[in-house]
Parts: sequence; structure tokens; C-alpha cells
Amino acid sequence: MTETSAAPVVTVSNLIKQFGRFAALRGVTAEFSAGKLYAVLGDNGAGKTTLLRTLAGLNNPSSGEIAILGSRRFRDICQQVGYMAHPSLLYDEMSGLENLQYFAQLYGIANGARCAEVIRAVGLDPELPRPIGQYSQGMKQRMSLARALLNDPTILLLDEPFSNVDLHSATEMVRLLTGHRDQGKTIFVVTHQAALLDGAADEFIWMEYGNIVERTRDFNRDPKRALKT
Amino acid sequence: MSAPTGIARATLLKDLRLEWRSKDAINSMLFFSLLVVVVFSFSFDPTAEESRQIAGGLIWVAFLFAAVVALNQTWAREIRNQVLDAYRVSPAPANSLFLAKTLGNFIFVTVLEALMTPLFIAFYRLRALGPIWQLLVVAMLGTWALVVNGTFFAAMSLRTRSREIMLPLLLFPISIPALLAMVQATTAILNGEGARFWIVLLATYDLVFTTVCLLLFETVLNAE
Repeated sequence: MTETSAAPVVTVSNLIKQFGRFAALRGVTAEFSAGKLYAVLGDNGAGKTTLLRTLAGLNNPSSGEIAILGSRRFRDICQQVGYMAHPSLLYDEMSGLENLQYFAQLYGIANGARCAEVIRAVGLDPELPRPIGQYSQGMKQRMSLARALLNDPTILLLDEPFSNVDLHSATEMVRLLTGHRDQGKTIFVVTHQAALLDGAADEFIWMEYGNIVERTRDFNRDPKRALKT
Repeated sequence: MSAPTGIARATLLKDLRLEWRSKDAINSMLFFSLLVVVVFSFSFDPTAEESRQIAGGLIWVAFLFAAVVALNQTWAREIRNQVLDAYRVSPAPANSLFLAKTLGNFIFVTVLEALMTPLFIAFYRLRALGPIWQLLVVAMLGTWALVVNGTFFAAMSLRTRSREIMLPLLLFPISIPALLAMVQATTAILNGEGARFWIVLLATYDLVFTTVCLLLFETVLNAE
């Protein structure tokens, strides 16, 4: 684990998550600083999504501890966390704006213009009356990102945000994320398209068998490739 | 953060909007109840007196089975695209979701009852000898009893593999006291007898189970 200079906003100590007899996370210990974009990489089953879901309070740790923004209770800081999962987390029968207006009420967002603002930020039209079920997969992904950005979170947890998104839109999404990072937000991106974050991510977190095996600043320093060469 | 009642209201309106667009729950319930009414009317040919004796049981069993269809549908929407996770990561309280879902199901089942009761009356030539307003009280309390437990147990069986089977297995045994009170109260009112005891029993059942469900729902929502 590499040391970071700024104070950590997310601290994970000996985190273990078991599903029955299978351990998806096996003693993860790490610290993550504010204002950084972390790309979480690894093969399928490495524990990336489980780590993200556990940080988002959706999985209870089997043992170990997580502290986010100094709090060990997710409920206390959930207002400051944005989460985007692999599925859209949106209602298929409602339009993008209707979906976001509903979620805005869950966060107590009174500003009516905020929903349209985040939809425009991800490159979609807030006036589009089409229900989400009729969106392309890429549009769903972008609307899902808009939902995660809705509450202007300090910490953003994104699971495969670029899957099924065309290259141009994905590049735009990366630009949007780096903009948020530059505003001091901490962003975790689980992805299999790490090349998109080359030059944008501050650190690449390599996971294997439920643990962090290496943290690098250089995307090309894949620990597996290093072992092979 | 919005007040819990504001979140419950927003969630209820969202559910009504989704149901208005998809009509998943109401259509399934209507067809099911209609089938029960027609099949039973062909199976029996009761006199007016016999109708008053059996109608309470027939009506409530039909509504109970039909309600199960609606109860499964309301949570199915939340697990499609894992939307429930978006609620869980938000600061919105669990009980607002539970109240909204219960009220939504109450509205759906009440609409069904309003549509099906005239058919029951026509098919079974029903005429109540007791006060009609008491039937309305029994209908409201009975419907609440079905949907409050039904919503809770549907949420509980959400993550199980065969939730369509699991829900009736959990719901029906716990609904027996309420079902007994509903049937007895309805039969008593139709026959012009006193139903006070059964109405009080039903109201007590509603109060106890609403409280228990509200206390336990957060645990159920966050269970893995």
C-alpha cells in the first residue's frame, strides 16, 4: 500500500466479507485521500464490486471496519455519498427526469433545477419524455451517473460506469469525473476499461482474490503483466 | 432531508404512477377475482339465506388470494434494475418506504373490492340485514390487515429464490386470526347479528401488526 499525503477520507481496516463459506473480501486494509480519482481494477471475482457495495453500506462487513469521512455508521454520511451500480437503479416506466425528481425527494433536494442540471451534465436531454426502459444501454448508464451525482456527493462510488457506453461518451464521462475530482471529491471507479482512465486516475488499485495487491500511479504497471515479463 | 411523511408521499405517488402506466397489479388481481366469482357461482346455487352464510368466506378468500398477486408485483418493481439499492443508500427512512408501499397496496386492493363487490352482490343475490356502514368498517380494517402483513412478508421474501410461493406460506398462517374476524364479522352483519367483538378484534390485530411491522421493517430492508 502506498502512503498518501492528504488526510484519508475513507479508511478500510482488515475488511472481510463472506457470503456463506466464500470470502469475497479477505482482509482489505487501505486508506484513500480526498480529491483523488481511484480506478479499481482486477479480474472478475476479484472483489471489486463487493468492496464498492460494502463502502456504499449495501453489504455489512463480516469483520473489519470502514470509516468514511470519519464516521463508522454509513447512515450518518449517506447524504455525502453517491453510488452507481452495474444495473441502472432506475425505474424503467418513468422518464429520466421523473426518476431523478423522485430520488431528489429522498435526498431532500428542494432545488427543482438540479435534476435537469445533472442530466445535462451527463450529455442527455432532461426534456426527453421517453421512459428509461426505451433508452439505449449507454443512455441508461449516463442517466445512472446523473442519479449518482444528484446529491452533489463528496464521495462517488461508480461500478462499471463505462460499460456499453460509446468511446466519445465515455471520454466525456471521464472529463466530467475529473472535473468533480478537481473540485475535491473522492471518486472510486470499478472498471474493466482502465485505459479510459489512463492519465485521469490518480491511482490504480489492483485487486486479486478479495484483496488489494498493488496500488500504482501508472496504469501500465499491471502487477500481473509485471510478473509475466 | 425531506420529512419522512414527505418521502412516503413521494414514494406512494411514484408507485401509483408506475401502476397507472403498467397496470400489472390491478389487471392480475381483477382477472383472478373475476374468475373466482364466476367459478364459485357455477359451483354453487345458494338461496338468499345460504348466500348470507357463505358470502363472507368467499369474498375474503378471493380478496386474500388476489391481494397476494398485487403484493408480489409492488416489490418486483423495486428489484428490477436493483432500484431498491438506490433507496437503501439514500438518507430516506425505511419506514417511509414501508408506509408508502402499504398504502399503495391498500389503494389497489380497495379499488379491486369496489369493482368486485357489486359482482358478488349480483351473482349471490346478497342483501345485508345489518347496517351497511359496519361492512365498510370491516372492509377497511380487513384490507389493512391483509396488506400490512402482506407488504412486510413480501419484502421479507424478496431475496428468496421462490418468492411467489414463499409469500403465501408466510402470510396465510399469520393472517388466520384476521381472516377469521373478517369472515365472522361480514357473516354477522349480513345476517343482522352483532359484529362488535370481531370488529374490535380486527382493529386490535391491525394495531399490533402495524406496530410490529414498522419496528422490524428496517432490519428486513437491510438484510442480505
